[in-house]
Amino acid sequence: METLVAFTVGVMAAGSVYLLLSHNLVRVLFGLILLSNAANFVIFAAGGMTEGLPPLIGLGEKALTGVYSNPLPQALILTAIVISFGLLAFALVLVYRGYQELGTVDSDRMRLAEPPHPDQDIPEPEEPGRLHVRDASRRVENLGSPQS
Amino acid sequence: MLSAILGIFVWSLLAPIVARRLPRIAGWVLAVVPAAATVWFVGFVPEIAAGGTVREVVAWIPGLGVNLSFYLDGLSLTFALLICGIGTLIVVYCGGYLHGDPMLPRFFLFILAFMASMLGVVLADNIVSLIVFWELTSVTSFLLIGYLHDSPQSRRSALQALLVTSMGGLVMMAGLILLGLTGGSFELTELVGQGDMLREHPYYLAILILILAGTFTKSAQFPFHFWLPNAMDAPTPVSAYLHSATMVKAGVYLMARLAPTLGGTEVWTVTLVSFGAVTALLGAILAVRQTDLKRILAYTTITALGQLTMLIGIGNTYAVETFTVYLLAHACYKGALFMGVGAVDHEAGTREVTQLGGLLALMPVTAAAIGLAALSNAGLPPFLGFIGKEFMYSSTVGLGEGEMALLGWLATAAMVASNALMIVTAGLVFVKPFLGRRTEAAGHAHEAPVSLWLGPVVLAGIGLGLGVFNGALERWFVAPVAASLTGAPMDVHVYLWGGFTMPLALSAVTVALGAAMYLGWPRVKAALDGIASALGYDSDRGWDRILKGLVRVALLQTRVIQSGYLRHYIMFTIGFTTLAVGGTMVVKGALVAPSLTAAAGAPYSAWALSLIVLASTVAAVMAESRLVAILSLGVVGVVIALIFLLYGAPDVAITQFMVETLVVIIVALVLARLPRLTAFARPDRRSAVRDGVIAVAFGAVVTAVMLAVIDLPIPLDLSEYFAERSYTEGFGRNVVNVILVDFRAMDTLGEILVVATAGLGAFALLKARPRREPPVGDTKTVGDSKPETGDRS
Amino acid sequence: MMDSLILRTATRLLLSLMLLFSFFILLRGHNEPGGGFIGGLIAASAFALHSIAFGPRALRTVLVFDPRSIAGVGMLCAIAAGLFSAVMGDAFLTAGWLHWGEGDAVFHVGTPLLFDVGVFLVVIGAVLTIVLALEEEDV
Repeated sequence: METLVAFTVGVMAAGSVYLLLSHNLVRVLFGLILLSNAANFVIFAAGGMTEGLPPLIGLGEKALTGVYSNPLPQALILTAIVISFGLLAFALVLVYRGYQELGTVDSDRMRLAEPPHPDQDIPEPEEPGRLHVRDASRRVENLGSPQS
Repeated sequence: MLSAILGIFVWSLLAPIVARRLPRIAGWVLAVVPAAATVWFVGFVPEIAAGGTVREVVAWIPGLGVNLSFYLDGLSLTFALLICGIGTLIVVYCGGYLHGDPMLPRFFLFILAFMASMLGVVLADNIVSLIVFWELTSVTSFLLIGYLHDSPQSRRSALQALLVTSMGGLVMMAGLILLGLTGGSFELTELVGQGDMLREHPYYLAILILILAGTFTKSAQFPFHFWLPNAMDAPTPVSAYLHSATMVKAGVYLMARLAPTLGGTEVWTVTLVSFGAVTALLGAILAVRQTDLKRILAYTTITALGQLTMLIGIGNTYAVETFTVYLLAHACYKGALFMGVGAVDHEAGTREVTQLGGLLALMPVTAAAIGLAALSNAGLPPFLGFIGKEFMYSSTVGLGEGEMALLGWLATAAMVASNALMIVTAGLVFVKPFLGRRTEAAGHAHEAPVSLWLGPVVLAGIGLGLGVFNGALERWFVAPVAASLTGAPMDVHVYLWGGFTMPLALSAVTVALGAAMYLGWPRVKAALDGIASALGYDSDRGWDRILKGLVRVALLQTRVIQSGYLRHYIMFTIGFTTLAVGGTMVVKGALVAPSLTAAAGAPYSAWALSLIVLASTVAAVMAESRLVAILSLGVVGVVIALIFLLYGAPDVAITQFMVETLVVIIVALVLARLPRLTAFARPDRRSAVRDGVIAVAFGAVVTAVMLAVIDLPIPLDLSEYFAERSYTEGFGRNVVNVILVDFRAMDTLGEILVVATAGLGAFALLKARPRREPPVGDTKTVGDSKPETGDRS
Repeated sequence: MMDSLILRTATRLLLSLMLLFSFFILLRGHNEPGGGFIGGLIAASAFALHSIAFGPRALRTVLVFDPRSIAGVGMLCAIAAGLFSAVMGDAFLTAGWLHWGEGDAVFHVGTPLLFDVGVFLVVIGAVLTIVLALEEEDV
């Protein structure tokens, strides 16, 4: 089974990286979802996969007996799932706010924090009249000045 | 000794307050503590001269073998006296020289902090504390050179000095740590006993080169000599103190300190003697070409440092004797000359040798001090400088009689030439400005205040006194330092008159040559200038080229790696990880062939679920629409949850199901608010291929790692520990939950903190928006409404 | 907010049922599958469902407290569970227990339960903070 998983997570990881490398941030988010699923799967399989009994101690017993699945990776993954959910929610909101400010989900056009090098060509805004990175960098310079 | 160092550090912090409260007499008041330290160290002289040593250990980081340990022997005591004694005179001098300067309080802070750091360097016995103090001297030197911080020239010089000395310091740190590890101790005194082992050790050469890189940069040896003359942009007391008497000698000090541990080998002698001799000669030649009095002195300092390095390299009896004599002689006359020249500059308003003349009548006291110091500098009897020069010749001649005859004779020739040039510089500094015809610039000069001439007079006087009363010199200083340098007490003799010998003949040649060159100085200078321009080499400009090249490389690297495109960052991160992990696996032979029978033997359910995951993954990647992509990802998540359930992980499975549900809700909430995109932009063909290659490579590495991992037996110690104690100690039957809330509760606490922070972060992004002008032409003004107060509790 | 009669009617019923279930899952978690994380996620989905059906304003009324405060109280519970042992002189987060009864009928109660309640509240609070902030975007 683990061998099968090894190939499955390989494909999942490849797919997620392909999505992460996109300049469409929605696809990047999808890549993030896929990557966290793959990572959890990796941890689970690395701890050994035993079909059947969950690590629950039977009534009257003092410890786990017989064949049971490995509890340690389960505890690790359980929190990892919740954390990657928190991360994803935050990233989603970030993309959404980025869209509100810059009118695009194209990461190539989001150059507010790192203004383009002199010879780099940044595409024009998708919607006419939207903030272009040129204006954006100007706005960053003005941040310190008092609001009119 | 720690108390002396800490005392001066504390005093340096108080200095600005004192300087602000008592601006007129600040120099005199602040000199009290250095003077007290001097007296305290003088108290040790009899004990050390009798062959004793003092060691003081304060544990600092005992776990790492790092101690604040200090060691007082002949060598460190001599340096400590130089640092505190000259320091006292310098502090007094500063009060007069920089009187009325608004930044003077800060200046006192820097110079006293330097004094404490420098004391730390020469007293430290532990390698790590030595490095810390060493770096502190580099930093304080930087602050002092850049004291006139509104001058670009001064900033450049400060940065240059810092970069050169701290790069050397960094290399030296590697060498010292290697020395400590190889020798089995981080205490210098304990390493002396390991000398024989270290000299035979295969790491010896590496240790030596690394450490010499530090000492050569600090002590401005060729080819790192160029920073020292530039450091003369600092105010004169700094030049006199740091860049002549003390800091630049730290490198020399360390070489002397390590001489019994690492010295005595052929490579040690050849390296030190040749670099020292070249540096000495180069410094002297460059000195004669200058017309600025301070720069002349700067270059002659390089000469002196070269000569000291050479003497450590030679290491015979004469050399060891000369080292002390010359160290003291140079500190006295050079300190006096610098301070005297500063006084001239202060009173006459210029340091140009061509514009000065006839100052003898106007500044008689300063003239006397400079005159005495210059005679010592020129190496004439009965001054300390004369003994130094005689003994130096004896040592090089001695080297010439041994196995390294050629090196010895070359060194002797270099010394005769450089000492002759030193006579020229002594003439330039004293004869011309004071005895020459009175010039216009000198016209309005008058005698400097007592704070400015006290230092030169005292130092010049000591130079004369120690030369005449050389018996005291021999007993109090030369013998103890010789014992430190060779690791054992030795018989030393210091005298002015040694009979008609080879060194005396060489001295006569030197004086004749020097006098001749002084008389023909303009022609000598012109000839040297001509040679220099023919060679066309200038270390200072070379330095600029190196810095410019560095900046260009940095820009290029920034352009490539930090292009500003998010996907490039992801690409570099993933690509590097892939190469590093994959490469390591290939190199280490960790690749494991997949066991096909194991895969084939997996139950049909597993095959079916895996195939669904694969198909959904492909669908999610290829999807043209967002809906298809989200649905496919949902399928992946749910199927993995099923696998968790099948393989005995109900907790994880339920969590996964619930999270999948919430993900759908939140993604739907967000995507509903992102307007329909014109195209779910697919990358162009070229980047699609490139992304595909990276993705497949990464996936392959993940599979390879996974195959290697499952090939190993699973360590179950921890799992068994938890399984056994879950009920008996945690009173819970669900082992997973007991791990979460009891055994590893600290981890869980951190994790819920992350979840809470993610929630708050998203909240802040959405609710706490800065008020701003609406984007150009944006009529919707989505983000423009006032921040809502979502807080109703 | 979805204006659907079926969803609203179903949600009225589901909310209380799911909340009850989440408490059950939370409390039994120490012995059976469940616990703070799972319980918290179930409760959060229940509230999220409510907010989809009736809108964020209605959810705030139901919740009474701001979700950020819920998350904060959860953090405090978890830390308090740890501090209990720290005050008693043990390492931070060492479990402390009280036992009633004998044999197989022993009832254990201890700081891990408080800790799990903290986890439960943090998960609910954090998830609902995001859901509500997103829902209130275009109100």
